[in-house]
Amino acid sequence: MAILPPPEGWFNQKVAKDEKIWMGLAFVMSLFLFFWMIAWHVYAKQNPSFTTYKTTPEEFYALEQAFVNKYKVGEENGIPVVKPPPGSDVFILARQFRWEPVLVLKKGEEYRFHLSSLDVLHGFSLQPVNMNFMVYPKYDYVLTFRPTSAGEYRIICNEFCGIGHHMMIGKIVVEE
Amino acid sequence: MAVAVEGGEKWFRTCDVTGFKVDLRAEKIARLNAVMAVVSLLIAVIAALLLVLTRWQLFHVLPVDWYYRVLTLHGLDALVFWIIFFELAALTFTSTAFLNTRMSSPFAGWAGTVLAIVGWLLVNYTILTGNADVLMTSYAPLKAHPLFYLGMILFAVGALVIVTTFFANLMIWRRENPGQSLPLFVYGLMAAAIIAVITIVSGAIIYIPTFLWSLGIIKDIDPGVYKLIWWGLGHPSQQINVAAHVSVWYLITFLATGGTSINEKISRFAFILYIVAINVASAHHLLVDPAVSPVWKVWNTSYVMYLAVFASMIHAFAVPSAIESAQRRRGFTKGLFEWLKAAPWGNPAFSGMWLSMIIFGFIGGITGVVNGMEQTNIIVHNTLSVPGHFKGAVVGGTALTFMAVTYYLIPLLFRKKIAFYGLAKFVPWIFGIGIAILAVSMYILGAFGVPRRHWDITFSGGPFTYTFNPVTDFFWALFGLGGILAVIGALLWILQVVVSVFFGKPFNGPQDLQIPIAEPPPPAKEEEDKFAAPGTFTLVLLFMVAFIIFVALNYGWLSAMWEVK
Repeated sequence: MAILPPPEGWFNQKVAKDEKIWMGLAFVMSLFLFFWMIAWHVYAKQNPSFTTYKTTPEEFYALEQAFVNKYKVGEENGIPVVKPPPGSDVFILARQFRWEPVLVLKKGEEYRFHLSSLDVLHGFSLQPVNMNFMVYPKYDYVLTFRPTSAGEYRIICNEFCGIGHHMMIGKIVVEE
Repeated sequence: MAVAVEGGEKWFRTCDVTGFKVDLRAEKIARLNAVMAVVSLLIAVIAALLLVLTRWQLFHVLPVDWYYRVLTLHGLDALVFWIIFFELAALTFTSTAFLNTRMSSPFAGWAGTVLAIVGWLLVNYTILTGNADVLMTSYAPLKAHPLFYLGMILFAVGALVIVTTFFANLMIWRRENPGQSLPLFVYGLMAAAIIAVITIVSGAIIYIPTFLWSLGIIKDIDPGVYKLIWWGLGHPSQQINVAAHVSVWYLITFLATGGTSINEKISRFAFILYIVAINVASAHHLLVDPAVSPVWKVWNTSYVMYLAVFASMIHAFAVPSAIESAQRRRGFTKGLFEWLKAAPWGNPAFSGMWLSMIIFGFIGGITGVVNGMEQTNIIVHNTLSVPGHFKGAVVGGTALTFMAVTYYLIPLLFRKKIAFYGLAKFVPWIFGIGIAILAVSMYILGAFGVPRRHWDITFSGGPFTYTFNPVTDFFWALFGLGGILAVIGALLWILQVVVSVFFGKPFNGPQDLQIPIAEPPPPAKEEEDKFAAPGTFTLVLLFMVAFIIFVALNYGWLSAMWEVK
């Protein structure tokens, strides 16, 4: 009884058959989910990385500038457009309230993305593929992406970063 | 079970409905905390209406600065203050009245309450004056006014003091009743209180240095450390809620149907699993963050191999089977579901509880597991799916349960008749269905990539534009409909509570009881090797199928995304 102490002998009461079966099923499901994550981590192709370098806003800004200068191919709405060679390191800088640079990538090739912020937390949200990662100041988060579809993509910010949060939108172009 | 109590009779009244001895000093503290809970909910609901009508861009009523301000206000008043004040009331009331024992320290109870209210005032004040536009999570290096952090600290300390009196009350009860076991309801709340202590300590570890940082005494707060420890407060505090609302499910089951857990050992075991496994949930918020390793993520995000999910699935059988078993003993034995059809649906506490179990399990629970898996989190993190999930878990689960049980608290704690009782029958349905529609539409919008905490998803003023899939327009309309229904349901409930408590007719005894308390059903016949609750068994199997399908769908979607490692 929920509001009175349990009746005599409650601790030795036999568990009903259906409750036993259900607990068995539920436990198996729990273990399955756990080992599924591990198996996916080992065998499948979408896993969040944990490769991270310590950095500072100044250092990361310098890295990003060097990257832009090296591979710049143009400018769009005041934001540099950069076309790095496949397999290279790509630097994406987040700051209140913009992403830079604009990237031009090649479908099916790997790129080592470095994400960091100059100020507060930002959210790297790639649309419409809908992949989402966090961007911190002082942490250089490395994610190796292989774009599997061509087209125009947007990076929107989905971690609140201040009053201009909704204006923070960047662009990635993937060419065939 | 009359027992000798210290301090004589002057502290007590005897409840003319339940026969319990109620410590009047504890009752006053519980009442004030309950009133604070309702006031917080009222603020949260008004804020919610403004938020719904802003994010649904057909209306877009709030300007940008007020959107984030009201969002901060809504988050803290709904997710923290309403729920925790309610839990403080419940802890104080149950650890005395339900145990027929006295309040260990009324002074500590009052001190805790006053601290919590001062904290509440500071937080609400700093937010409304525009000094804390940092959202509920206040992720460093976003910085609020020092009084905001101070308010959070005072509130937490106040709550901790009251939780301490709960344990002290339990010790008095233990001394007066050696060798006895706690009632299941109080046992569950004890689990909640234990989790609360760990949670509040996490809160102190992060808010105190952040407060000093906002004063300029500490130079730097590491954003990664902040987020890790803040969520040691933020997520486990939702587990306080789960333990508390599951306890209330057992309570309502008993009051409304006379049902008791068919095996208390199992139910208690599940509460212990909550305590063991649930405090690692900080990882849910760090799955797509730098620095933390996959081993740490998988172990922690799964609540130690999904032991807490396992515990919830145990309750998912134990609570409905308690109802089914009581109903079957009353003679509702036809088919699988006659017991459910014949359940007291006109009792708002019962209908509210049942809805909350369905919403918590099918919406909050299933989405919660998918959101919290290491890989599927990539397609969920910080999208509208996240608040969609906790609308199902915390609002459909905890808030709706607390609203449902309040229909018993008005006569038994506040000693008032329920105003507009005829309305009560509909309120849980309006609120529950509204929240269910809201949660589902938010979850689907999130699956289309719509971000949470975002004032304008047309990105006006940005260097590029983006238009979400036009299908989202339909779900925005559903979102608006669900949100407005839920707001109406909540406002009706608040109206009933406020009118009853402050202007209601006094409750003078069992003859004034509007909401029925069920007679205990006849005792069970011993039947070995038969299913105790075949209807419940069918329902939980249905749940399992839905669960597996949803996990499979999400991993299917994930596998269609870009490759990332």
